[in-house]
Amino acid sequence: MSQSNSSRIRGERLVKYSVITPPFLFLLTFFLVPALIMVVASFRYPGEFGGLAPLFRGEDGVGGVTLENYKLFFSSTNYAWIFLRSFGVAALTTVICLFMAYPVALLVARSPKKSRDLLVLLCVLPFASNFLVRVYAWMIIFQPFDLMHSRLAVIIGMVYVHLPFMILPLYTNLEKHDPTLLDAAQDLGANAWHRFWRVTFPMSIPGIFSGALLVFIPVLGMFAIPEILGGKNDWLVGNMIKDAFLGSRDWPFGSMLSMVMTIAVLAAVGLATALAKKGVPRA
Amino acid sequence: MRRSPLLWISAAAVFAFLYIPLIVVVVFSFNDSKLNAGWVGFTFKWYSILVNDKAMMDAALNSLFIAFTASFLATLLGTMAGIAMYRYKTRILPFMTLTPLAMPEILLGVSLLLFFISVLGTESLSLLTVIIAHTTFCIGFVAIIVRARLIGMDESIFEAARDLGATPWQTFRLITFPLIMPAIIAGLLMSFTLSIDDFVITFFTAGVGVPTLPLTIYTMIKIAVTPEVNALSTLMMLLTLGMIIIASKVAPGFLEETEHRGEDQ
Repeated sequence: MSQSNSSRIRGERLVKYSVITPPFLFLLTFFLVPALIMVVASFRYPGEFGGLAPLFRGEDGVGGVTLENYKLFFSSTNYAWIFLRSFGVAALTTVICLFMAYPVALLVARSPKKSRDLLVLLCVLPFASNFLVRVYAWMIIFQPFDLMHSRLAVIIGMVYVHLPFMILPLYTNLEKHDPTLLDAAQDLGANAWHRFWRVTFPMSIPGIFSGALLVFIPVLGMFAIPEILGGKNDWLVGNMIKDAFLGSRDWPFGSMLSMVMTIAVLAAVGLATALAKKGVPRA
Repeated sequence: MRRSPLLWISAAAVFAFLYIPLIVVVVFSFNDSKLNAGWVGFTFKWYSILVNDKAMMDAALNSLFIAFTASFLATLLGTMAGIAMYRYKTRILPFMTLTPLAMPEILLGVSLLLFFISVLGTESLSLLTVIIAHTTFCIGFVAIIVRARLIGMDESIFEAARDLGATPWQTFRLITFPLIMPAIIAGLLMSFTLSIDDFVITFFTAGVGVPTLPLTIYTMIKIAVTPEVNALSTLMMLLTLGMIIIASKVAPGFLEETEHRGEDQ
């Protein structure tokens, strides 16, 4: 009996490790190690012909570690300005998405259960086509209006591509609201606006925050939309990172920018989580 | 239910905003003119040019091959990760599985570029590196879907199986696996669509020798827009539409499970 018990425990342990090990090793190699390489690269010197200089300074005095990349970032207001612009574009896109997504999510959530699935499908269908196709669609529309290569074009493109990310979490939240709450509010004399602003809206705040993160973060890293729809003045951090890696091939500088972006994203997530916790009414 | 006319009108306006650009693309793909301006006449010309374009077909084949391989690998590893995250107290695994989803894609793209080139060498960028990159970001999506399915289940089934003398492998094969099958299929289909649509991560990990469909579209709309792009876009829309229809038939919970994705992050 005790032997079968110990073999059972051994079996369980075998199952545990055979389930954990493969994804662990894969992600260790292809997510964690690359991330660490990037952290280290942000403190290295660029190689003579692009890429990286040796990590340890050689006899020729080339290589080693340095804070030069970070110093460069703070040496000129240019970079801070581009970061600020990226945050501005991401924030504006998020707010516009919120205003556009809310009526749709509310309508779908308040539709009869039968038609809800179809309506959700209608919301995600355009999202199913490749995002470059969606950007391209706007190129056709912008051309006759002479809107190509403008900030407005970039914002419209950003909103169009990321709108479903706001609709879905909002809908998931709104769908769970108990409709009798609105009846109660009405019985207590609340008009339509008050019913929305005092009942529906506060309860939807968690949905708003998860939607906001799903829009804000990808917009912050986007390089294709500013590149295609915008002009040189519409460059965001993503464009700088892309250019550092594939254009000027200054990898340490690109890694440093990626590090700053990572910190910015973490700050945004932390802020949103804190705000969401504070903003949720005690139900 | 309360649906005021104002709500209807504003929602309808947003739906128009969502659909008009795509309709424009489809309409122009049948337009007998080299310019995307004004209707000239109906033609299938752009489709036949597209199908006879060898570079384009190579790109399509690459995309399909990458999507099949990466979605298979991601489903295998992601299912394991999802089960592990549900059953065992590991901190590092959820961190490694979910962080790639919460970060801008470009960060994963450039860190993999750095990794491949500094570890495997400058010439290493190939189909294989793209497959690895796609697998890395798809694992998280599969894991979330599988874990969500497991969370929704009654744990006493597994205990009952154990009490009745089933070995861990038997419990997995006869109980867990059939129960999470819809989630696995949903994860597979989702990975496939994510992979075949991916532009950013592919852009950094493909090098020059591996054109995929999104990379080809990017080059075309950046350098020379021809109505071929309209035809290609229309076909790609049909493909993803088909995937969604298959998904909703094979795994009816597909839509719901992907919807809840937003809340998990």
